[in-house]
Amino acid sequence: MSATTMSGEPISATTAAEHGVDLLQGDTGEWELVVGLEVHVELQTRTKMWCGCSTDFGADPNTNVCPVCTGQPGALPVVNEQAVRDATLLGLALNGEIAPICRFHRKNYFYPDLAKNYQISQYDVPLVNDGWLDVEVPTGDGQSVSRRVRIERLHMEEDTGKSLHVGDTGRLHGADRSLIDYNRCGIPLLEIVSRPDIHDADTAQAYLRELQSIVRATGVSDARMEEGSIRCDANVSVRRPGDELGTRTEIKNLNSIRSLGRAIAYEAQRQIGVIEDGGTIVMETRHWDEGRGVTETLRVKESVTDYRYFPDPDLVEITSPAEKVEAIRTLLPELPAASRARLGEAGVTPEQAAAIIATGLLPWFDDAVAAGADGAAAANWLVGDIAGQLSAEGLRIEAAGLTGAHVAELIALIEDGTLSTKLAKQVVAGVIDARGAKGPAQVAEDQGLRQVSDEGELRTIVEQVVAANADTVEAIRGGNDKAIGALVGQVMKETRGQADPRKTNELLREVIG
Amino acid sequence: MVLTRLSAVELAQKLRTKDVSAVEVVEAHLERIAAIDGVVADGDVWRAVPADELTSRDIHAYLHVTAAAAREHAADVDRRRAAGDDLGPLAGVPLALKDVLTMRGAPTTVGSRMLEGWLPPYDATVTERLRAADLVVLGKTNMDEFAMGSSTENSAYGPTRNPWDLGRVPGGSSGGSAAAVAGLMAPLSIGTDTGGSIRQPAALTGIVGAKPTYGTVSRYGLVAFASSLDQAGPFARTVEDAAHLQTLIHGHDPRDSTSITDTPADLLTTLRDGIDGLRIGVVTELQGDGYEPGVRRVFEQALERFERLGAKIVEVSLPHAGYGLPAYYLIAPSEASSNLARFDGVRYGLRVDAPTAEEMNAATRAAGFGPEVKRRIMIGTHALSSGYYDAYYLQASKVRTLIARDFASAFEQADVLVSPTSPTVAFGLGDKTADPLAMYLNDVATVPASLAGTPALSLPAGTAEAPDAPQATLPVGLQIMAPLLRDDLMYRVGWAFESDLGFTPIPAGDTAVEVA
Repeated sequence: MSATTMSGEPISATTAAEHGVDLLQGDTGEWELVVGLEVHVELQTRTKMWCGCSTDFGADPNTNVCPVCTGQPGALPVVNEQAVRDATLLGLALNGEIAPICRFHRKNYFYPDLAKNYQISQYDVPLVNDGWLDVEVPTGDGQSVSRRVRIERLHMEEDTGKSLHVGDTGRLHGADRSLIDYNRCGIPLLEIVSRPDIHDADTAQAYLRELQSIVRATGVSDARMEEGSIRCDANVSVRRPGDELGTRTEIKNLNSIRSLGRAIAYEAQRQIGVIEDGGTIVMETRHWDEGRGVTETLRVKESVTDYRYFPDPDLVEITSPAEKVEAIRTLLPELPAASRARLGEAGVTPEQAAAIIATGLLPWFDDAVAAGADGAAAANWLVGDIAGQLSAEGLRIEAAGLTGAHVAELIALIEDGTLSTKLAKQVVAGVIDARGAKGPAQVAEDQGLRQVSDEGELRTIVEQVVAANADTVEAIRGGNDKAIGALVGQVMKETRGQADPRKTNELLREVIG
Repeated sequence: MVLTRLSAVELAQKLRTKDVSAVEVVEAHLERIAAIDGVVADGDVWRAVPADELTSRDIHAYLHVTAAAAREHAADVDRRRAAGDDLGPLAGVPLALKDVLTMRGAPTTVGSRMLEGWLPPYDATVTERLRAADLVVLGKTNMDEFAMGSSTENSAYGPTRNPWDLGRVPGGSSGGSAAAVAGLMAPLSIGTDTGGSIRQPAALTGIVGAKPTYGTVSRYGLVAFASSLDQAGPFARTVEDAAHLQTLIHGHDPRDSTSITDTPADLLTTLRDGIDGLRIGVVTELQGDGYEPGVRRVFEQALERFERLGAKIVEVSLPHAGYGLPAYYLIAPSEASSNLARFDGVRYGLRVDAPTAEEMNAATRAAGFGPEVKRRIMIGTHALSSGYYDAYYLQASKVRTLIARDFASAFEQADVLVSPTSPTVAFGLGDKTADPLAMYLNDVATVPASLAGTPALSLPAGTAEAPDAPQATLPVGLQIMAPLLRDDLMYRVGWAFESDLGFTPIPAGDTAVEVA
């Protein structure tokens, strides 16, 4: 079968050379890796795609269900207008063209967690065509290079239920019995199909990260890979430079951006090995085994699965007149590329900017700066200690009650010398403990966390320490400069960690002479 | 006064004036059902006797009779009427529902083993509207399995018999709803029409049946056969009754995306306006060879009657109507193959256990579906397959567009179009079951309006002999087709014709229906 897009045109791929990506070295020469990604995003609409059921994650099994989403006889779908608006918004954010008229098709296949045994999806006329994404790919030296990945289409569809296989393997094969939860069935899903414009694992990861950031920026989904609200499958093939596209395999079960990179790297080497050993690549779906770091055959696509697509007669066409599209365009928020540029101007490093955007901390950053914080300092705290403490506690920043104003307050306390960096970390912990009910100043006051920088007070303590540690003082005078650390430690101990370290150092040197 | 012989409008009048109570009306119909239909008249929900125990005198119009609920609802209507409440125009009038529409409190089987005993968790919009209008549901009626058939012989629960001749079929797929009304076991009933499933049984049982404009009656709760064609509509013994019943069920429903938002035509105001000066189009392609001589004779007489009533007969052509039947028998099975995929043994209905999910699906479907359903699933699956889609489904869809255009241009020359409803009178049980194509040919005159979405009504035009029974007196139906959303026009033409003809739509002769 020749490689074509869903609309029947031949697939056009970029080349590694165009993107400045190195070729892969095999035993028999050089290979070009070609990757296209299919990303699914669950929309965070209040209700499902075709019915009024809640989309809440984590509800008891089969509680968010109704005749429509469980495919009861006679039940009919009605399109969720919010989902269409969200899909349009994301399509515009991805620089796509919105089809003035699009429609839904049925994709027919039997699977127990697919309530109707067909998935309502889009086929020949998706909502969005011909988008693109410029992604910043780190080059490992703190710099990055920008690469454009074209997006073939974005279409709307519905999610399936979840099967739970009870038995030894936890997978369908070998299960004693299966249970099905239809809560997820009918949740609006977007499928975003890239062109095969990716030629290395780094770019694939950068693309997925950038897409995730854009999805979050538009607010249409929280795009959490671990909860499955964003999912990615990779189509991977290799070819000799200049050749036609090779046979591709589709890799599933990529549960993190890291998995995506590892799986692509593994699969490229596997395919090169097979071909160089005289074998051929079989068009198939492969399962990424995270633990073993390998891809394995999941199912061979016997010819091509015949989904018998046809227009869904239960639904009518979706029309998107220009004025509707333009009205939605006005809702576009600042997108990550613009945010990165803005953060750069505010003195934030590219890595920190990327982290702030990727982890959804931009609103906190903006609030902190609005409350008077220095941009670089706010970024430092947000992606550094605050992110670390939240991660250790397993908390999201909103759940911890931390606000941008808190961050600004914290930084101000450091700047006016009230808190040392070390004390500030304790204050952060205190704010998190109080779930934001107390701000940094309040926490510092309640816990008596205050840097001792008053010269008179500190000088007295320093003099006591110097007097009590004659040996160490002798050693320092003898040239062992490092030994001063022990004295700083003593001063800290006396002040319960609240001495200003810089000032302590100065005073010690002064007293020792 | 025999209550079961009265029309819905007559019953409503007597209920309004309190000459009779809704409970009395319900009891009269239950009594007749118990006498002639072949039910076990016991308990809250009466069941039809099993297929192998039915006798040749059982009409078998009903699969389930909701006796207790009907009595309760009727008593409630009587109470509210006594209290002076403002009730709907047909409040207290009983009716039967085809077993393809969901209704809480009774099984919905769709005539299939697949859904035997399934209790739907929700009411269809049509059911909801009828109940809100205080029509009293007597029960659920027999049908060809999943509405696939033209004789009701494809029901998994045994065939329904034609009240005019118990050796003959009532047509299908809404044969149970038609026989209930023709057999005086309900003054009104609801059927569904996909390619003629209301009109053809109406014709074969000598009653009125209408397929409204596609999209004017909600399909929510109608177990889908072919979604782009399915439409619920009324059966009655008079045109006026049918117009009243359609008025109660049509109108926009936000739960059905294909439901039209336009306000449907007012069917009652112009009903008696007559047809003087109207242009009645005779469709060249829907007459002649293939239509029984008796049917042709009655149709000719109908045209003469229209002329006497002041209408002008014009000959019009639907050039692509001849492709209607093949197009229909590709589009409908294609949609059905997908619509019926949900019957897999996982969530509801029959389950035949097997070691794996896939084997369970297959075993369940093998046991649950009858031969005609399987045939259509296979035809539809094939027609949608990659490599065949363009030649079959897509081509049929294009034919459909052409037929719709044919109708649009025909309606520039005529106000309504007419044809015989069915090429035959009621045929004998078992006569066509061995030959699916002969059965499909019965839909030749009804399918074009289905594909075009236009409204069409069948009403009795007289009686004729059958080719196999020269002495027989069997009803012949006249089909009146109107432009989209002009359902009012077909009722107006139908009423004028009916008033002049004076047809008595009650079976005569030595049959089981003569108990009253």
